[in-house]
Amino acid sequence: MKKYLKTLLAGLALVVPMTMPSVAQTLRWSSAGDVISYDPNAQVDSFTQSVHHMVFDPLVRRNKELQLEPALATSWEVVAPDRWRFKLRQGVKFHEGQPFNADDVVATIQRQIDPGARNRENLSAVIGVEKVDDYTVDLILSGPYPLLLNDLAAIYMMSKPWMEEHNALKPGNTSTGATTYANNHANGTGPFKLVTYEPDSKSVFAVNEEWWDKPQHNLKSVEFRPIASDATRVAALLSGELDMIAPVPLQDIDRVANTQGFKVVENPSLRVIFLGFNWKKELHAEPGKPNPLLDVKVRQALWHAVDLATIQKRLMRGKSRTTGMMVAPPVTGYDEGIDAPLAYDIDKAKSLLAEAGYPDGFKVGLNCSNDRYIADEQICLAIASMWAKIGVQADVGVESKTTYFPRMDKGEFDMYMLGWASLPPMDGYSVLQALLATTDGKFGGSNSNGLSNPKIDELARKASTELDQDKRVAMLKEAFTITHDEVLYLPLHQQPVAWAMSDKVDMPQFPDEYVRPWFAHMN
Amino acid sequence: MIKIVSMRLFQAILVMVAVTAVAFIMFRFVGDPVAMMVREGASQAEKDALRAALGLDNPMLIQFVEFFGRVLHGDLGTSFRYQQPVAELLMNRLPATLELVLVATVMSLALGIPLGVVCALKPTGFLSRIIQSATLVGISMPTFVTGLLLILIFAVNLRWLPSSGRGELVNLGGWQTGFLTVSGLKSLILPSITLALFQLTLIMRLVRSEMIDVLSSDYIRFAFARGLPRSHIYGRLALRNALMPVVTVTGLQIGQLIAFAIVTETVFQWPGMGLLFTNAVGYPDVPVLAAYLLFVGFLFVMINMVVDILYTFIDPRLRTK
Amino acid sequence: MTTRAFLQHRLPPISVIIAGLVLATMIVLVIFAALIAPMDPRDVSSYSLIDMEIPPSFMDGGDPRFLLGTDNQGRDLVSVILFGLRISIIIGIGAVLLAAIIGVALGLIAGYFGGIIDTILMRVGDVLVSFPTILVALLISGVARAQLSGATVSEWAPVILICAIALNEWVQYARTVRASTMVENARDYVRAAKVIGLPSRRIMLRHILPNVMSSVMVIATINLAGAILTEATLSFLGAGMPATYPSLGTLIRIGNQFLFSGLWWIAVMPAAVLVVLVLAVNVIGDYLRDRFNPKLMAH
Repeated sequence: MKKYLKTLLAGLALVVPMTMPSVAQTLRWSSAGDVISYDPNAQVDSFTQSVHHMVFDPLVRRNKELQLEPALATSWEVVAPDRWRFKLRQGVKFHEGQPFNADDVVATIQRQIDPGARNRENLSAVIGVEKVDDYTVDLILSGPYPLLLNDLAAIYMMSKPWMEEHNALKPGNTSTGATTYANNHANGTGPFKLVTYEPDSKSVFAVNEEWWDKPQHNLKSVEFRPIASDATRVAALLSGELDMIAPVPLQDIDRVANTQGFKVVENPSLRVIFLGFNWKKELHAEPGKPNPLLDVKVRQALWHAVDLATIQKRLMRGKSRTTGMMVAPPVTGYDEGIDAPLAYDIDKAKSLLAEAGYPDGFKVGLNCSNDRYIADEQICLAIASMWAKIGVQADVGVESKTTYFPRMDKGEFDMYMLGWASLPPMDGYSVLQALLATTDGKFGGSNSNGLSNPKIDELARKASTELDQDKRVAMLKEAFTITHDEVLYLPLHQQPVAWAMSDKVDMPQFPDEYVRPWFAHMN
Repeated sequence: MIKIVSMRLFQAILVMVAVTAVAFIMFRFVGDPVAMMVREGASQAEKDALRAALGLDNPMLIQFVEFFGRVLHGDLGTSFRYQQPVAELLMNRLPATLELVLVATVMSLALGIPLGVVCALKPTGFLSRIIQSATLVGISMPTFVTGLLLILIFAVNLRWLPSSGRGELVNLGGWQTGFLTVSGLKSLILPSITLALFQLTLIMRLVRSEMIDVLSSDYIRFAFARGLPRSHIYGRLALRNALMPVVTVTGLQIGQLIAFAIVTETVFQWPGMGLLFTNAVGYPDVPVLAAYLLFVGFLFVMINMVVDILYTFIDPRLRTK
Repeated sequence: MTTRAFLQHRLPPISVIIAGLVLATMIVLVIFAALIAPMDPRDVSSYSLIDMEIPPSFMDGGDPRFLLGTDNQGRDLVSVILFGLRISIIIGIGAVLLAAIIGVALGLIAGYFGGIIDTILMRVGDVLVSFPTILVALLISGVARAQLSGATVSEWAPVILICAIALNEWVQYARTVRASTMVENARDYVRAAKVIGLPSRRIMLRHILPNVMSSVMVIATINLAGAILTEATLSFLGAGMPATYPSLGTLIRIGNQFLFSGLWWIAVMPAAVLVVLVLAVNVIGDYLRDRFNPKLMAH
């Protein structure tokens, strides 16, 4: 009531100049996406999960170098290929005061692997969990699995008594219409507490004074506001309503960086953009004729004909990194040796096409989203005009992600743009499993256009159970070498991650695009 | 009388059924949310399972019957994007939109009526020509251009007003209001001006033409002849009569404004129902889209019905028809 | 108002004449767009990223080849604006024509036959009108583009938009025509025609239609401005014309991303053309309304 009165008075005293509340040490930041739920198991949105990390801790987490390190688990051992034992950190408390122990881990893991959990597959290898003692837990796996720790870094620990109290032991699920208290409330062990959550409007966080880890930030609170429109987001930063925006649109980087009091921080992100091919008998653009894309020379010609340097310099404003691989350098399986695109060479491309029997080129569809990746629409148009020079006539189709991806899944495209960040595991196996392997069960989930290579399939299956890291990485690299030589996909570049912020803010940036305010300083 | 009212009610219900059907059919086709709802690297089986769980693989008719049954029970479903009941989402957004529309309406009335009066009193005068030209330019500017201009000038260059959002809110028994804080009021200014411009010209012109009509009527001439003071004639007699249709039109326009706020809310990231709608289009969050359409449809049907019934009471000639 | 009365009347005010000239110039430019425009924006091989974001030629760093500068694809703004203007005008006129044809036809039918047909048509109209054009058009174009493949969408986009806008706008014509028809219906000459057994189609087309045409023309002009704005708004929201085949609204949407980057011309040039176009149409529409039918409402 007192608070109301105060605000009321403030509102009535319009003539009195606005007294700004002390904004120091409150980080106000904005992104294009919103937190769609605070229930870790009710969504699979990667941005949402990145914000969750402010409130929740996983058993293992990524440090400033994105290496895995102990968090709520202090140590672990592989008891048997299908049984991993975790020792838990003692003396940790949830935001509402409940102590953290093995019961919480068991309840969280059970919630995670519940068939109703929307992100069930993020921990697909785990089939059970057992409490050994109050601070020891065993995870039961379906078989040998090398990426368990990578997966666990994205599994956030919830409090069992809290879930019981609010009837939220089972995750909310859109399809069943089940919504839980955990949807718009959060009780984690993380560096910040969730104070208020208003979808499409804002989330407010206060610092968790009793965090188990030593804080490396000096923030008192954090305010997050989703602003979908690029221009409005930049305007809000420049008008002083925000301290940071992530991302800042590429075209505004110079303007913001040259404005007094603001700076831009940028790095290559994990997300690699590439073009996929149609691997079926004929193209959608020219039904009834054999598919020219099945010839490796044609695929090489298309690669040679893309002027990646110009795209990098112009459309991406020098901020992207051209690449010859489908994974970025920080991702396991990256190989410097094959990270080179085919050189831009129109003559070479023409002669390759002629050798393949298409001296006059051919017609092909080229599809892109216009609201998913940086400059996606422009890149598509640019590539079409580049291919026109070797006689390849690309019919460009551009549409919203809402219709683009479903149609991609149905294999309706000839050439299409796709981006892949290999998150959350940050491991090249993600590309191998979902994009390169033939569609079959858990393999080839996003390989919807008929790509099938027996050697790749064999490598994918072997790598999925190989526990020896060196051997596994060698398999990934072999698969990526085949991908490069055979041009199974046509890689374009690594997207940049660019944030703009006030000079007052000191915030480290990560290629996984997570905003980690617990490393932020404001003065 | 009862017959007419029940007839209108019946018609309104029929209209709502039609709207429900249209809402459903349209949204079956706007796109597939499954791709947005699965994780990177999901297998086809995962996607199919989700599609099945959402009921998207059922035959259309079954989906529609289920949809209709739920709507009848007041259950608008759960948002695909935010895992919340749609009704709750809409209700949370309602205050933002209503406050925006209210302020915009007040603004357009407060400006439109005096301007219209000025134009009516001296239809060929210099001032009224200026006003009419200015309003003509006003309605020739697309809303999004006006909004962006205002942001550029007042938020980015002058830094006087916030560019987006609602500022600090006060919760009055579940109603999140921006009226009681300085930042809330400041945040209202730019979007409501943008939205008001849409109304302003309409009201101004309406007042102008009604005033001209009234001023040429016999009783006003009679009043002049009796030597009543000008201020009394214009203010008390003429304006009051001219305002009746203005009130009706303003009322009818409120529904229009709520829907038109879609554009304004998108430009200013105003967290109302319009923004909820545009964000849902991009997902596509089908239950939210359907519910929004139903809500707007309901609103219009109600406003139209009430106006119709009131007219029947007021104007007996309509009863015989 | 007959033609003779129109001719006898004094000339319209100067503003209307200017508006008419502007509009006529635009239409001529647009008809010969392919000849005037330095390049064809639909031909991907005619432009290059090398030329992207060049300021207008009268500014520092401008290039004499590009009078109004280039956009983010390296397309000449004069050319994209000319072609964009063409699409905006085509969609505007197309939507108004379609709405007028549907509206007049249904209005005649409803007013002439009355009864259950009238009730059904008018109730359908009520439902449609109760949804704002922008919402209905958003939905229709959303549905249409979800059903068509990407390449087809850009070919069919103008048609989709014309239908989407017209679907909501015909009601106004229908209501006006219906009201006039009912009045005419009660007149002696129509009764006489019915008595002597003239077919109803003939009565409607020969006798009633000419009498309602002047109102229809006025509504059409006023609605033209609205239709152009609706198309621009849809394209601005991303539900209209695609970037490969841009209208003025699409160009503003693209330019909007660069508003804060100093590349103001990408958005401002097409926006200025759009405002001038709509203003010219509005000035003429206003004039016609005041001259022919002062009581007709503007919305």
